[in-house]
Amino acid sequence: MNTRKTVADLKIGERAEIIGFTDALLSLKLLEMGCLPGSEVEMTHLAPFGDPMAIKVSGYTLTMRKEEAATIQILPKNN
Amino acid sequence: MSQRPKIALIGNPNAGKSSLFNSLTGLRQKTGNFPGVTMDKHTGVWEIESGQEIDILDLPGIYSIYPKSLDEELVINILGNPAHEDYPDMAIVVADASNLKRNLLLFSQVRDLGIPTVLALNMIDVAETEGYVINSIKLARELNVEVAEINAKKGIGVNGLRLAVSKTLANRYASNDGLPLPVDDQLIAGIQLKFGEADPYRSLLWLMEHDRMKMFSVEQRDAFDAIQHEFHFNSEEYKTSETVKRYEALSEVVERCVINLNRQWDAPPVKTWTDRLDSVFLHAVGGYLFFFLLLFVMFQAVFTWAAYPMDGIDAGVAYLNDWLKTVLPASALTGLLTDGLVAGIGGVLIFVPQIAFLFFFIAMLEETGYMSRVMFIMDKLMRRFGLNGKSVVPLISGVACAVPAIMSTRSIGSWKDRLITIMVTPLMSCSARLPIYTVLISLVVPEKSTLFGLFNLQGLALFGMYLLGFLMAIISAWVMKQILQVKERSYFIMELPTYKAPRFKHMAISILNSVKAFVFEAGKIIVAISIVLWVLASYGPGDSMKQVDLQVRQANPTLAEDALANRIAAEKLEQSYAGHFGHFIEPVIKPLGYDWKIGIALITSFAAREVFVGTMSTIYSLGGEVDDENATIKNRMRAEINPATGKPLYDAALGFSLLIFYAFAMQCMSTLATTYRETKSWKYPAIQFFYMTALAYLAAFVTYQVLA
Ligand SMILES: Nc1nc2c(ncn2[C@@H]2O[C@H](COP(=O)(O)OP(=O)(O)OP(=O)(O)O)[C@@H](O)[C@H]2O)c(=O)[nH]1
Ligand SMILES: [Mg+2]
Repeated sequence: MNTRKTVADLKIGERAEIIGFTDALLSLKLLEMGCLPGSEVEMTHLAPFGDPMAIKVSGYTLTMRKEEAATIQILPKNN
Repeated sequence: MSQRPKIALIGNPNAGKSSLFNSLTGLRQKTGNFPGVTMDKHTGVWEIESGQEIDILDLPGIYSIYPKSLDEELVINILGNPAHEDYPDMAIVVADASNLKRNLLLFSQVRDLGIPTVLALNMIDVAETEGYVINSIKLARELNVEVAEINAKKGIGVNGLRLAVSKTLANRYASNDGLPLPVDDQLIAGIQLKFGEADPYRSLLWLMEHDRMKMFSVEQRDAFDAIQHEFHFNSEEYKTSETVKRYEALSEVVERCVINLNRQWDAPPVKTWTDRLDSVFLHAVGGYLFFFLLLFVMFQAVFTWAAYPMDGIDAGVAYLNDWLKTVLPASALTGLLTDGLVAGIGGVLIFVPQIAFLFFFIAMLEETGYMSRVMFIMDKLMRRFGLNGKSVVPLISGVACAVPAIMSTRSIGSWKDRLITIMVTPLMSCSARLPIYTVLISLVVPEKSTLFGLFNLQGLALFGMYLLGFLMAIISAWVMKQILQVKERSYFIMELPTYKAPRFKHMAISILNSVKAFVFEAGKIIVAISIVLWVLASYGPGDSMKQVDLQVRQANPTLAEDALANRIAAEKLEQSYAGHFGHFIEPVIKPLGYDWKIGIALITSFAAREVFVGTMSTIYSLGGEVDDENATIKNRMRAEINPATGKPLYDAALGFSLLIFYAFAMQCMSTLATTYRETKSWKYPAIQFFYMTALAYLAAFVTYQVLA
């Protein structure tokens, strides 16, 4: 759709701010699990073979697959 | 209200609902440190004050009132339907305090449904170690609800909860905040016109989730669709906006009521224990290595450590048997008691230490939180084979028993992933196979041998059997994936809980209970089948049994009395009903290396494989040629001679062929019944039965032909 960065682009240890979702069905699940626009995410672990990944958001850890992470748009942080 | 009031425990998965249920009712519901332990509703009684009893309902966890899998659907079917037999008078929302905002989302939804609610803040200890301090008095005021701080694991705070519940039960206060987001008045009016007066938010829930609610008929569902269409109502959009709106309000509440100590001191983020452990367990390479090592140690331990208590039990049973034979008159009934029942039950009892070790390891995986890490590192691999990271839970608990394992698939959101998981779970070696494996391995793998002087070869063989079951499960899954060819979306958005220390006392009790259940369940079946088998093996059609006596005597006039008696016994077994059955299927099983006696065991283990050992001991004692001293089942089987070769019957070819057969065959009625219940169709248990039995037959055939 566009060239916005998503959570799937993050490397281990990188942080970013969630700004939106691209998938209507997944967004509800993600929202309910606490991935809120405006909150900070940190990518913390990659499983063997590079998928799925674990991210830290609002103080706890969520796992998701790359394709799911690619529906979360982010604004990278520079620190 | 003459009836006891009913309270439902509602909360996010892993918030501690079942732990609270256990401390209130004194029952022992299964708990575990990963989301999705409870899969069904359970009721218990809480004596809130002396003489006043309340029904407590434990339910699966949900993240919101909009379900995404079967276990969540069950909860909404209760909460959304006041006519439901389990519809509660009030709810206790159990919230994980270390994760307050997300837990309050569900709380606000439940309360808007018009259900009187108490908020129980659980896991305060976890929140504190993470640096959160919660002002629960302020929270109560802000949310206009009774709040109780509890520690469900330790049973702390029950008094406060008692007060909060009593108050709420007395005033039945349910907020009437109205709708979280306004909708067309006519829409609600339209629903209420057709479906009766109801809370507006509940009416909306019906509209949005009618397909998942069992209370509605097909016509009613059509009516909902029509209303949605008429008002251009988009459910997904509404749910999303509602969630965002609720979070906005809750963020402010949390901001005012929770202090984050870490943030205040502007300290660098502290590395928690969970972070440190995860850097090992979730490591891209190390994570796999550790998991494999863990399983390996587990099966070595099951075999070697358990050997000591097992030898003790074995000797005890043999002693009891000998003793019974000396004090009881020698008769057919004594034979049934000693060689049938005592040997059969002893055959199960002896495996109690192994089964206890196995349950201990599984409980450790579940209680510490490591289980969800395994789901995480295995997801990609599992997906290649048509499964899902969440399939790990059924597959691992299938090592104990396939019945609860199949039930635990309910948390898998995708129908295809769930179906395939159900179909292949029984290939995992359950604890009823353990006795069979152990007996057969001890016959074909030399006892004292080790690999590099380090690993016990028998333990290695046992590990191999479990690995084989797992490999066959994922290969079968892959085949089914190719056949089904469904493109269904599945997702893996899951919470990784923090690691928690296991409670050894709690674990000991639950292991004891599982072992007890196993022994009694298996014991009952074994006793029943032993008796039937003994009758079938002692009587024959017509007067054939009498004839045998004469014929054998005439054919062997020179034989000594002892040997003659043995020969007669063997011949009688062959002419009995059981012998006829065995001979009847012998042609089919001959290519696998089995004789008619093993055929009898195959027939009896048709309904439940745990009777194998007992059947063997009954058959070999009836038709046996062993002296009765130290007649354990192992020794009896070892002494069997193959009449064709004159060598021991149980050689490597037969032993491995039988091992493989029992590893793959579907010999468990309870599992088939569970598959039927969970898939609601006879098709799937039927397929399961035939594919597994065919697989067992073919694999055993190949094994025997190659080794023989
Ligand atoms: N530290 C701590 N651990 C707790 C507390 N309450 C429960 N636990 C642990 O949290 C884990 C989850 O508890 P459960 O009672 O199984 O949670 P549940 O809500 O029933 O979970 P599901 O059935 O999966 O929805 C278990 O390992 C408990 O021992 C608590 O107050 N403090
Ligand atoms: Mg539970």
